Amino acid sequence: MAINHTISVLVSNEVGVLSRIVDLFSGRGYNIESLTVAPTVDSIYSRVTIVTPADEDVIEQICKQLNRLIPVIKVANLSIGEAIEYEIGLIKVGVNDEQRPEFINIVAQAQAMIMDVSDKIYTVKIDGDEKKVQTFVELIKPYGIKEFVRSGKVAITKNNQFSTFKNKKEELIKTV
Amino acid sequence: MNKIMYNGAQILLKSLLKEGVEEVFGYPGGVVLPLYDALYMQDDIKHYLVRHEQAAVHAAEGYARVSGKPGVAIVTSGPGACNTITGLANAYYDGTPLILITGQVNSKLIGGDAFQEADIVGITRSCCKHNYLVKDVRDLARIVKEAFYIATTGKKGPVVIDIPVDVFNSKHTFNYPKNVELVGYNPNYKGHPLQIQRALQTLFEAKRPVIISGGGVVASNASKELKELATKLHIPVVHTLMGAGTYPDNLETSLGMMGMHGNYCANLTVSNADVIFAIGTRFSDRITGCLKKFARDAQVIHIDIDPCSISKNVKATIPIVGDIKNVLNAMLLELFKSHHKVNTEFKDKWFKDIEEWKKKVAIPQVSSDKLSAITVLNTIYEFTKKDEPIVTTEVGQHQMWTAQNFKFNKPRKFITSGGLGTMGFGFPAALGACVAAKKDYILNIAGDGSIQMNIQELMTAVDYKFRIINCIINNGYLGMVRQWQEKIYNEHYSQTKISSPDFVKLAQSYGALGIRVQKESEIIPALKKAIEYQGPVIIDFICENFEMVYPWVLAGEPIDKVLLSRKEG
Repeated sequence: MAINHTISVLVSNEVGVLSRIVDLFSGRGYNIESLTVAPTVDSIYSRVTIVTPADEDVIEQICKQLNRLIPVIKVANLSIGEAIEYEIGLIKVGVNDEQRPEFINIVAQAQAMIMDVSDKIYTVKIDGDEKKVQTFVELIKPYGIKEFVRSGKVAITKNNQFSTFKNKKEELIKTV
Repeated sequence: MNKIMYNGAQILLKSLLKEGVEEVFGYPGGVVLPLYDALYMQDDIKHYLVRHEQAAVHAAEGYARVSGKPGVAIVTSGPGACNTITGLANAYYDGTPLILITGQVNSKLIGGDAFQEADIVGITRSCCKHNYLVKDVRDLARIVKEAFYIATTGKKGPVVIDIPVDVFNSKHTFNYPKNVELVGYNPNYKGHPLQIQRALQTLFEAKRPVIISGGGVVASNASKELKELATKLHIPVVHTLMGAGTYPDNLETSLGMMGMHGNYCANLTVSNADVIFAIGTRFSDRITGCLKKFARDAQVIHIDIDPCSISKNVKATIPIVGDIKNVLNAMLLELFKSHHKVNTEFKDKWFKDIEEWKKKVAIPQVSSDKLSAITVLNTIYEFTKKDEPIVTTEVGQHQMWTAQNFKFNKPRKFITSGGLGTMGFGFPAALGACVAAKKDYILNIAGDGSIQMNIQELMTAVDYKFRIINCIINNGYLGMVRQWQEKIYNEHYSQTKISSPDFVKLAQSYGALGIRVQKESEIIPALKKAIEYQGPVIIDFICENFEMVYPWVLAGEPIDKVLLSRKEG
């Protein structure tokens, strides 16, 4: 059965690496649910976090195929282990004076934050795991969502297995 | 410190020389002018001028598959580079090490829709192992080094280096790097020792084992090890199309080719095996037939250098990622150390079954006044086998008949387009094979359809006096497609009747030798004449139109459902 997997891919920060990853997904008929890319602390590497729906056999192939790309250094399927996941939603909601106290209450309860208020339009930020963002969106839907922008997911393992990456480069230099 | 300055074109050639390149195939054009000028000024690397860029890549592939060294092709930007796509995809599929050098417009013009500009790094991304756009001459030597390393290690494949014209013209010193520094690329060569032990144990206990030998055995040069292990463990061997010649066909335990047009015996053996030992094969659909019914009750031991090939189509019980030669050697060593007595007796029934299956053979011929393609190919094989010529093929019926009727006892003798199934591959591949094999003659078995896809290379062959004997099985149809139409599409021969020029006159007009053969008695005299001729030959065999390739497993059927003649099914 296809479920969402969060794959964290460490890549060389070079031109075209994102296209290679995206081409691989489209070329082999895999789906991308969300995608986040940013350089790591050492800016010669980037971290790509991909959420993809797949069953067990397919996710195994996706990870193997990603590993096959030359600029890909490490692939981890974070759904298997325990991971901290995080995403952000920015939402513009139309709120009239009557609804205002209740709306502000919901925002406070959900630990969301009002970022901007102008002419009955409230711009709210919600962050957290996918479920938290989704629940909040459902809660404020009745007010009328004017615009909704959501980030891709970022994720990190809870232990130190994956997050440390040092001196790997020196280890892997090969003499040919 | 080396202070002499070279331009990018010279640096490229010097890098190629460092990699041991002696021959390249190519076609010049606007933005590679500096490179062709540098080629003109030197004698170390010989350039073979083809007549179409696709042929340059196929020729480089033929060269690589015969010699085991990476092939190199050079083309210009835009249309030149775009013409190489089929060749690249073919080499990528069949795991052939290639370096393709494409010219690119001036780096300052990239993205501006310049004349003969194409985003070749973007276009080739999904049909090569890796590609580079060189933006600075200082990176050039390093990139060439990396490209050769990537092309020739792991699962081998083509690597594209796209070089803008200004990089060819910029100057820099030449220092060829000693090391490759690729953090993300680290192919596994060794094979896990525990898995190797498990595999051996499983093979010891197997009652009905079979080895499937694929193209990976060629890539890894592991034929010797394969033969030793199969003999010691007393296991019969079938091969895939790409694995032809990896296990000597003249051995009793060689059951020949399996798959869609494989032997009845080979297919039945694999279907009834309790342990399948798959070596360097990616279990393509042409091998497995209906995937759900393939090897249902068998344990599968799978060696491959590419982790992606393992458990992609057929779930492996014991996966071993590693270089085949290393893994087989480790198994042989383990076998030696364990002092395990291989009991051949309890496999007697298995070998008896196999002997029974061997008796069932296909009857593909039809009664006709014209030549039978199968008779032609058998005669060619019998007449030439003492020379052990390299055989290239195009794609279609003739390819399958060749694979079925020629017996190969050595690897790198049968050069065919396996994965991509590229019509027009054989003739240009034969050019490369000729360069690699130096003096020997090459047989290119072709169809009347396929040969017309790259017929222009006849001029190349004439120019260099390549001894390529093109045996055209001329049956007036795109035979393989026609065969499917006959069986599956109610004999609707839609667009498969194909006309051809007078191949004899065509050969003559190019300056080659043309011979027409219409009777069985003419086959051997024609071959004699062709082998003596010091240049390319076309032999036009006028064959029966409706001959079929049997054995035949229809697409989607399980591989033990083998049709042996028209009467069946």
